[in-house]
Amino acid sequence: MQNRTDKIKEIAKRLLDDDKVDLVLGHRKGTISLKNTPAFAYNKDEVEELLWDGNCRSNLATFLPRLKDKRVAVVAQGCVSRNIVGLIIEKQIPRENLYIIGVPCIGMLDPNILREKAPGEILETKEDETKIILKGSGFETSFEREEALRDNCKLCLHRNPTLFDELVVDEVKEQDVSGRYDDIIALENKKPEERTTYFDELLSSCIRCYACRDACPLCYCPVCFVDESNPQWCGKSTDPRDVLNYHILRAFHCAGRCTECGACEDACPMDIKIRMLTGKIEKDIQENYDGYEAGMSLDAEPPLATFKPDDPQQFIK
Amino acid sequence: MAEMILKKQDMAAFTAEINKGYEFFGPVKNGKQLEIARINDVSDMVLEGYRNTNMSPKNYFFPQSEELMAFKKYGDDANIYKDSLKEIAQRVIFGIRPCDAKAFSVLDKIFKNDQFIDNYWFSKREKSVMIGLGCNMPCSTCFCTSVNSHPFGEAGLDVLATDLDDRYLLKTLTKKGEDILSGVSCLEAANDDDLSSAKSLSEKAASEISGNLELKNIDQKAVLDLFNADFWERVQEPCLNCGTCTYVCPTCHCFDIQDEVFKDEGIRVRNWDSCMSWLFTMHGSGHNPRPGKKERVRQRFMHKFKYIPIKRDGEIGCVGCGRCIQMCPVNIDVREVVKLMNS
Repeated sequence: MQNRTDKIKEIAKRLLDDDKVDLVLGHRKGTISLKNTPAFAYNKDEVEELLWDGNCRSNLATFLPRLKDKRVAVVAQGCVSRNIVGLIIEKQIPRENLYIIGVPCIGMLDPNILREKAPGEILETKEDETKIILKGSGFETSFEREEALRDNCKLCLHRNPTLFDELVVDEVKEQDVSGRYDDIIALENKKPEERTTYFDELLSSCIRCYACRDACPLCYCPVCFVDESNPQWCGKSTDPRDVLNYHILRAFHCAGRCTECGACEDACPMDIKIRMLTGKIEKDIQENYDGYEAGMSLDAEPPLATFKPDDPQQFIK
Repeated sequence: MAEMILKKQDMAAFTAEINKGYEFFGPVKNGKQLEIARINDVSDMVLEGYRNTNMSPKNYFFPQSEELMAFKKYGDDANIYKDSLKEIAQRVIFGIRPCDAKAFSVLDKIFKNDQFIDNYWFSKREKSVMIGLGCNMPCSTCFCTSVNSHPFGEAGLDVLATDLDDRYLLKTLTKKGEDILSGVSCLEAANDDDLSSAKSLSEKAASEISGNLELKNIDQKAVLDLFNADFWERVQEPCLNCGTCTYVCPTCHCFDIQDEVFKDEGIRVRNWDSCMSWLFTMHGSGHNPRPGKKERVRQRFMHKFKYIPIKRDGEIGCVGCGRCIQMCPVNIDVREVVKLMNS
């Protein structure tokens, strides 16, 4: 991890010194354990705070549309680079203002797994490429890094950035993932009423804070459909139908665009497995559109944002 | 005031006695979340190693969605709103933390002013007896001692319980607290050792809370100096403008009122709302007095640490529970913001 951190700092410093960018968007250590914070580094002192470790779960692409008038260097692992590609294709950010510092990634840690492994409050974490050490009041425990990866990182197929100006280390070997959609298939095989029950339970703790939406790089709409008031598409209360409506519609809006970066699940204060919605939709997109995966190339046409006069479906004519 | 001992082995008997006239609530695990819920089986209660519930218990007095009134579209009483205020059963909430109880005492001052009393809030407050549980083990994110509270604070509570390993010391603080414990047979009188152990636990806990915050300069600074300070530009940078901090906060109390109509009937509902949302301040004219992220982020901190103290006799709109620190997706730490405000 340290070599990635060092290289990010080195590149960031060079870009600012040479006046190639106005700021470097990366991560820095948070004020509590297991939490980093997005860093907006404008000068040398702020560059010194940049870091890379298993707690860089925020998706930095989310901040780019708001910074499109600035020249930004952004730190991006596989999923984030794919979101940047998506934002460029969707004309939300100009490529020429961006310098992408690519990070071949070995996955982010799941704070819930770490908490389960610790007998008390975790006050300090140490990690390298293979091991994690957790420290707290009166305990220290260590285990393999792989055991504490988030689900989306365990199932990740694109750890290396798909678009970058410079890489901080050599590309890592992509994972040999099997059973990527096992949980989704198990859900598909349930009866409709069982699925309804499943989703009701999945979303029962939702407090409609919209952190999932606000952490998501796909959700850049100036006015989200849940905030529309004329007409009002979605009720505002915690009525389970309105909560379900919000989550399902948001997932639909992410179809063919989601990179499974996990920012939504990381942001959720209630630990809702949002992947059970977005994962199903990504699976459908792959099955229906020749294995399409979002953000792999600037030349790709996003299937649901493309219209052809000779489309075979009748409904569009 | 009375001080009594409840042995932990007698918890089931205690609950059963209270349950005769009251619904008994306490901390339980729901999936990964700790929450306050109705206790039917005392073994469901999570009191050992318990720090605090994930969400604040404000939901029990100020539900996230609450029906205020109901109406019909047609007929003689069409469009006449009828109050939907429902009487709740008397209840005892066991295991509320002093910071959260303190928040109720702050909200009592907000839901009542010289013109209005919010009956939806107070009807539930009046029916509830709060048995707080002092914090023997504050978290690294706790800072109650900096904001007029304490790990063994008594504000907002009817009874304060102290965990003395195999027993609880119960100290009554109000008439309601005395009434609830008066007829309970499994309680014993506390002795001097119990009282001195409780005192030393309280002192130890307070000393373990790290990083005392200074707020003095915030009081002295002019509102506009704070309002126009440069640091807000940097504080707002990583903010996502989600509502997490406001919804997990025990003192955040802003709401939106909506009419929901289905077929010929409708209800008026009050829902939690958040100053982090642009829609919260959007005017019908199209003007928004808090148009950007900076204005919204600033509002939350100014409200808690400047406006509420000015308007509510020095009361602070924060009780130091630390939930926003733990749950903010981008780690905007209220303690760091307060340091900037006080600098």
